[in-house]
Amino acid sequence: MKNKTCGVRFNWLSRISLSLIGCLVGLLGHVTPAFADLKLNMLPGVTPLSKDIYDLHMVILLICVFIGVVVFGVMFYSIIKHRKSKGAIPAQFHENTVVEMTWAIIPLIILVIMAIPATIVIRDMHDTADSEVTIKITGYQWKWKYEYLDQGISYFSNLSTPYSEIHNEKPKNKWYLLEVDKPMVVPVGEKIRFLITSNDVIHSWWVPTLGVKKDAVPGFIHEAWAKVDKPGTYRGQCTELCGANHGFMPIVVIAKSKAEFAQWVAQQHGDKAKQVVASDKSYSKDELMKMGKAAYDKHCAVCHKVDGSGMPPAFPALKNSPVATGPIAKHIDVVVKGVSGTAMQAFGSQLSDKDLAAIITYERNAWGNNKGNGGMVQPSDVKAAKGQ
Amino acid sequence: MSEIAEHTGTRKKGFFAWIARWLFTTNHKEIGTLYLVLSGIMLLVGGSMAMLIRAELFIPGLQLVQPDFFNQMTTMHGLIMVFGVVMPAFVGLANWMIPMMIGAPDMALPRLNNWSFWILPFAFTILSSTLFLEGPAPNFGWTMYAPLSTTFGPASTDYLIFSVHLMGISSIMGAINVIATILNLRAPGMKMMRLPIFVWSWLITAFLLIAVMPVLAGAVTMMLMDRHFGTSFFNAAGGGDPLLFQHIFWFFGHPEVYIMILPAFGIISEILPTFSRKPIFGYKFMVYAIACIAFLSFIVWAHHMFVSGIPMAAELFFMYATMLIAVPTGVKVFNWVSTMFKGSLTFETPMLFAIAFVILFTIGGFTGLMLAIVPADYQYHDTYFVVGHFHYVLVPGALFSIFAAIYYWLPKWTGRMYNERLGKWHFWLSAISVNITFFPMHFLGLTGMPRRIPDYALQFTDFNMIASIGAFIFGLTQLLFLYNVVRTMFSRRTDNLPDNVWEGAHGLEWTLPTPAPAHTFALPPEVK
Repeated sequence: MKNKTCGVRFNWLSRISLSLIGCLVGLLGHVTPAFADLKLNMLPGVTPLSKDIYDLHMVILLICVFIGVVVFGVMFYSIIKHRKSKGAIPAQFHENTVVEMTWAIIPLIILVIMAIPATIVIRDMHDTADSEVTIKITGYQWKWKYEYLDQGISYFSNLSTPYSEIHNEKPKNKWYLLEVDKPMVVPVGEKIRFLITSNDVIHSWWVPTLGVKKDAVPGFIHEAWAKVDKPGTYRGQCTELCGANHGFMPIVVIAKSKAEFAQWVAQQHGDKAKQVVASDKSYSKDELMKMGKAAYDKHCAVCHKVDGSGMPPAFPALKNSPVATGPIAKHIDVVVKGVSGTAMQAFGSQLSDKDLAAIITYERNAWGNNKGNGGMVQPSDVKAAKGQ
Repeated sequence: MSEIAEHTGTRKKGFFAWIARWLFTTNHKEIGTLYLVLSGIMLLVGGSMAMLIRAELFIPGLQLVQPDFFNQMTTMHGLIMVFGVVMPAFVGLANWMIPMMIGAPDMALPRLNNWSFWILPFAFTILSSTLFLEGPAPNFGWTMYAPLSTTFGPASTDYLIFSVHLMGISSIMGAINVIATILNLRAPGMKMMRLPIFVWSWLITAFLLIAVMPVLAGAVTMMLMDRHFGTSFFNAAGGGDPLLFQHIFWFFGHPEVYIMILPAFGIISEILPTFSRKPIFGYKFMVYAIACIAFLSFIVWAHHMFVSGIPMAAELFFMYATMLIAVPTGVKVFNWVSTMFKGSLTFETPMLFAIAFVILFTIGGFTGLMLAIVPADYQYHDTYFVVGHFHYVLVPGALFSIFAAIYYWLPKWTGRMYNERLGKWHFWLSAISVNITFFPMHFLGLTGMPRRIPDYALQFTDFNMIASIGAFIFGLTQLLFLYNVVRTMFSRRTDNLPDNVWEGAHGLEWTLPTPAPAHTFALPPEVK
């Protein structure tokens, strides 16, 4: 593969740079053990592209460090040697065209040399041909939707860090803000093509160890690709400011062997069948309230808050709200179809009938909203409303 | 100040007379002072917002502010620092110094000058008022990317748009004035290639301003149209393109970056020769380099958009063009170092800030070069690496040059020497804390922390803490600077400083009496 040869080409450079940086970090770590686990540099990652990027990064970093050492070296030499307090008499030279041309041309040559490998890597980044798996990624405020176009799998991936950890009520777990309920699953060793777009504002899908970052722009589809070398869990975040909860839409990618990936695909199909059955089932109010609380905290509380107080005026309070205490049909309509022109999305396409029914029931009965007999919504009601 | 004292005898006394005097002044020195005072006030406002941001980011979890308010803070901090601090400070310095440096009695268009300034307080009042109105203040970042700022923008966005229009009008008029002054009011013998480099840098900056401020005005007007008049410039559903906004914004935004750094280049090119007691090395190349950077700034804008889905050909072109900027910038840095080389150096506060500028701006330049490499930018883009990069060029870059300029010319303005000891404290505390604040941001970005987030994963805790501590020290240190300047301005003592305040200084401004009287060069000097 061309990107492999590219990687080999500056292997020696990256090796030198790595050992230099390694020495420095090692030295730091040796002197003060507390710093030993501080992460300072980009990781080489697990895809051919991420490794090429890492090599380019190290080369340009080293060039900069080298030039910096020379320039600042001369400067500090002057600062130390050419002081008035040491009796320095100022020279009066103020021009030398040859010297100035030289230090305009040498950097130019360095830049041209640097631009060549960068151009090769850019070409590889844009080569999304011959992919084996295609995943469409859609950014939503504030979650990701993954669609496996050939496998017919589609689901949302939400932040799973609980509200209590974010608000310092409970200790934070190891993957605080970098964990999701349903990660993206990909096979190792296969070329995966990502089709990236957005449903509302611009987001950006970034997983550093895959070397993929691409803006998700509403109305346009952008391409990127990755070929993961080894199984593992790789994490990233949205990197384009997309509103209030921009900091709370992480990405988790799990790379599995081809066999395990096939197994996962089969399991997804089974789950889908179960969900269809669940839509026809009826639940007791207690069941709905319990499921509703869990689903509400996960999908709704980022804007409307756990206690239903919202963040007015953009995100209205649900406590004592006209919608949650008014007619049931209107309430279902708002949740399923959204409110156009506002941040309220159409959740009908995002959540299952069961979850929607549970959430609506919960909203109508929690926080004292049940004074006017809040009522109860079954999955079949939601299904009927969607059909209208 | 003493030129004020000189005139109080002929002026009416009393509060209203005082207000009227500053409101209607057409004196370039007074207007320069007004710009600098506004800039100082906005520095406190924008700086407080930065303190709040760093306080929230001190540890993981949400403690002080909610995410939406955090976004309002980052947005307002950016807008205020760019349009309210750096730009007015440079215009203030231009007002004070350009006439005195080229032997002109005043700016060419004094009434326009008055109007250029007095628009600004209103613009910033309108912008800041959004924080106190119902509903959120602008919360989509100073870059105002559509559709977050159009379809999804809060009602206060319209205030922002109006305020940006006002700032643009002010900047364009200021720029016209600078150009008219430099081209028409030079003293006899002050040929173009004899102009002080600060004047050259401002002449070129003024052309940049005239070229790009209307582009920004166009961008925000299109936002307004999309928000209220049913157009779809930036809405794909109506046949528009969200990326169009980014192209227009950065066509303004990249020259804007140089608007904020070219005058700094000019200041440093005045200060280094003075305290090296040696002429600037390669005057011609320094001027050509500024012109070259200004030209290149128009053809590199899409390097802010490498991951936004632009085609490969565009990525290649903008990468090559961006890398080219390193050449003239390198020439400038090499020439500054050569100016110091074999000089006779002393280290008064302006010189210390100038040296720190050269080193720390160059570090910002290096990271800029790294960001130009498209594949690497895929990892750096929109992370704290970028935040570190642009703060290195704006804080120890632009802001340090402003500090250096104020320390350098304050004795000429007020007739009194600032407190050198306090100045040195200000320098060392600033220089150390600025690095504690912004250097760790590079590590944060490289290890994966996105920018503009109010909360972060646990692995980023250490460096965020370090950065926050540095930021608090840096913020508090600036109070020393304000105290030093205010004390020098209002002190009653007379220092009897010579006309040429600094031993190694050259240039027309140093031939004037100290303090500079209200009206200087009523008769043009002869430049030999």
